[in-house]
Amino acid sequence: MERSIYLDEARDPLIIAEGWMKDGKDVAIATVVETWGSAPRPVGSHLVIDAEGNFHGSVSGGCVEGAVVAEAVEVIDSGKAKMLEFGVADETAWQVGLSCGGRIKVYVERLG
Amino acid sequence: MDPYALKTLNAERRARRAAILVTDLGDGRDRVVREGDRVAGELGAAVAKAFRTGNSGSVEAEGRTFFLNAHLPQPRLVVIGAVHISQALAPMARIAGYPVEIIDPRTAFATPDRFPDIALHAEWPQVVLTRQPLDNYTALAALTHDPKIDDFALKAALDADCFYVGALGSRKTHAKRVERLLASGATADQIARIHAPIGLDIGAASPAEIAVAVLAQAIHAFRSRGLESKGAVA
Repeated sequence: MERSIYLDEARDPLIIAEGWMKDGKDVAIATVVETWGSAPRPVGSHLVIDAEGNFHGSVSGGCVEGAVVAEAVEVIDSGKAKMLEFGVADETAWQVGLSCGGRIKVYVERLG
Repeated sequence: MDPYALKTLNAERRARRAAILVTDLGDGRDRVVREGDRVAGELGAAVAKAFRTGNSGSVEAEGRTFFLNAHLPQPRLVVIGAVHISQALAPMARIAGYPVEIIDPRTAFATPDRFPDIALHAEWPQVVLTRQPLDNYTALAALTHDPKIDDFALKAALDADCFYVGALGSRKTHAKRVERLLASGATADQIARIHAPIGLDIGAASPAEIAVAVLAQAIHAFRSRGLESKGAVA
């Protein structure tokens, strides 16, 4: 793999995902595809997850990563992509939520 | 995601070429579109817009929903001058996501000791910038005060349409610089793009504070690309 001085390869989720794939790991990629309000991470941000639940990157300020990782492990198992939606933390509706008041939609898919 | 698409996308990103990953959110199929590739119809218009703005997002086209993830090259910062300000600017910029390269032919200044873990070129800008040309995703800050070192790089930055060009020096120093650049063939419009005196006006006094002002100004320039009125504020 040719290293680039222009990418922070140690922290770049898509580079890490490619490395995991080459190591023969099962990988899921989560992508923020839509945001409303004051979402902490912009559309296009990635979280990459392996079958053991290791992850790199972020789709929020740390508020919903745990939930996305859990869903991603299922996506790796089933191979079926999922669209997740997270909103404001609300005792009745959501276990996890965004304390900033925003809402985000996250697409989770298996690599390969 | 298709493994081949991921490999292709990462290869483009490593080479500092803009690319867009287009994913059909209905069936999950995806492909990489490079700048200049022909994409027909409504999707093509959305792809062109994403290349221009760098914004990712969903788009309805041909009765399907696509997600366009725009990967524009990472902005970087080339600093002319291995000076005190650069010692603070280089690590700050790198943390902010703008990798730095420092060019200074004065070997007493450009030492790895003074710049640990920074890409450092103890060579003339003419040599380095011929080998690694500037581009539209590069910012240039000229910090030596020395026309022999700064001027060539400034002209090259204007010609390469660097998203940010800044030059250290007082208004008086800059007035002389403007005359030299005009003489070297730069246009008045080009020269007007140079931020001088350099840095946002935050009352910076120490070298590290000046580094903050320069970095903030470069970030502002990058985030307001194509919005001329906003760019003029900085």
